[in-house]
Amino acid sequence: MSNLAEIVSKNEARLLPDWIQGMSTAVQRADLMSKTELDEQCRALLNRIVAGVKSSDPTNVDSPGWSTTREFLRDLAITRARQGFSPVDVATFVLSLKQPLFASIREAQTKDQSQMFETLWSATELLDRLALITTEAYMAAKEELITRQQQELLELSTPVVKLWDGILALPIIGTLDSARTQVVMENLLESVVATNSKYAIIDITGVPTVDTLVAQHLLKTITAARLMGAECIISGVRPQIAQTIVHLGINLEDVITKAKLSDAFALALQRSGRTVTRVASAPVSPISGLFTRREE
Amino acid sequence: MERIPVLRMGSLLLITIQVDMHDKLALQLQDDVTQRISEWGSTGVLIDISSLEIVDSFIGRMLANIAAMSGVLGAATVVVGMQPAVAITLVELGMSLPGVRTALSVEAGMELLFGSVAGLPSGPGDERTEA
Amino acid sequence: MSAQKREELPLKTSNDVVIARQRVRQLAVELRFSLVDQTKLVTAASELARNALDHGKGGTMTIEVLTQGIRSGIRLVFEDQGPGIADVEQALKDGFTTGSGMGLGLGGSKRLVNDFSIESHVGKGTRITVARWR
Repeated sequence: MSNLAEIVSKNEARLLPDWIQGMSTAVQRADLMSKTELDEQCRALLNRIVAGVKSSDPTNVDSPGWSTTREFLRDLAITRARQGFSPVDVATFVLSLKQPLFASIREAQTKDQSQMFETLWSATELLDRLALITTEAYMAAKEELITRQQQELLELSTPVVKLWDGILALPIIGTLDSARTQVVMENLLESVVATNSKYAIIDITGVPTVDTLVAQHLLKTITAARLMGAECIISGVRPQIAQTIVHLGINLEDVITKAKLSDAFALALQRSGRTVTRVASAPVSPISGLFTRREE
Repeated sequence: MERIPVLRMGSLLLITIQVDMHDKLALQLQDDVTQRISEWGSTGVLIDISSLEIVDSFIGRMLANIAAMSGVLGAATVVVGMQPAVAITLVELGMSLPGVRTALSVEAGMELLFGSVAGLPSGPGDERTEA
Repeated sequence: MSAQKREELPLKTSNDVVIARQRVRQLAVELRFSLVDQTKLVTAASELARNALDHGKGGTMTIEVLTQGIRSGIRLVFEDQGPGIADVEQALKDGFTTGSGMGLGLGGSKRLVNDFSIESHVGKGTRITVARWR
């Protein structure tokens, strides 16, 4: 509506200070953003809204004339999501422009009630749409942040330990779901290459249950490792898990399994041509008169 | 036309695949390997695929074929350096590469073939000087 | 969900198969797919492109970028006017585990992607659509 464009243009200079002043301290969030930064954002947004309202398609926020505004709001949402603003903060920021805008509209069109209603309606629709775009972008940014944090958590929760030259151990604690098993698998294989380890021991002592899906994933991991030239040994198989595996009919013929991690380690050592020998006891220096000195 | 080079080290054939192979190149390699084994009497073939980011069923079959054909000609084959993402994908594809021995590195591969790197036996007509 | 067509590539020579998979790789990198997801998609593309060439007597691969909310994905359509597949069910099960034989690689490719659909008519041709989401 050209009326809206006219009103906005005429009152541009007043709208900004009125808007900022009218913003309650709750919306300002001085704890997250400085006054100068806030002023800047308001100024920049208002400029773009003015441009949009003057464009060829003033009421359609999806039109090209509004693209810079949309972009600006999206960037604003992403930044604020990272800074810790709540979704309410972000939406209210945009919506708080209604107050000074409506005041200007009322002033300009007080004599023509029906026209004032129409202009008010366009203005409210406009700002509502803009607020929604901002909120949508905010939600998307938050989701991505959470997903990334989840991923990092997954990776941290399955460390790879080097037991010896060429022998790795992966102690898995907690339930293994599809996503986690994928991460475990990729982690294991990357580590095998990075450390040039021919043996990888997957210890599942800390895994409460193993279902068909998890077993399948473990089997895939073992096959992939074998394809690369490494061998996997599964250790820490508790009696209940052994029973579950047999009941589910999972075929572990090609897989080496051991009840204890130490057994798996011993096997890996043996297979890589090493033995552990006990050296003749070294002389113990007496710490008190209780022990007699040994002949060297 | 371009070919994947097949290098000779005593009785070992060393092949490093670094290019994204199209089918004809892969078939040419199969040919070359079998030719060279016959010519040089090689007893070991080491294929380094550490630079290969994609191994699809065709390449997989090529590797299995090379292993099989070399076997018939009296040579053992080891494929080394498979990337984790490639291994994961091959498993998903259902390719198990039967008859193909694998190792993590060139050294591990040579150990598998000849027992140790130093113990590399020389073949007939070898230009390498004896230690 | 929206789809945006990126390009259509011919599959007439074995080199075209290489080019096709390199393009898919480039796009997957651009869209920040994980390395494993990239590899799976590119490998599937290689299988299907080769099928279109060898069994379909040549065809095309169309690449599209998909967006659904914050998710992004890549859709590939392989089309040929070849002899078609008589028994699609069988083709999806066809041998590839032995690493030898005619295996069309369809069943394997299906496992490498998130969405898979196939239309084939004997004497008319085949159209396979696959998609992988980030």
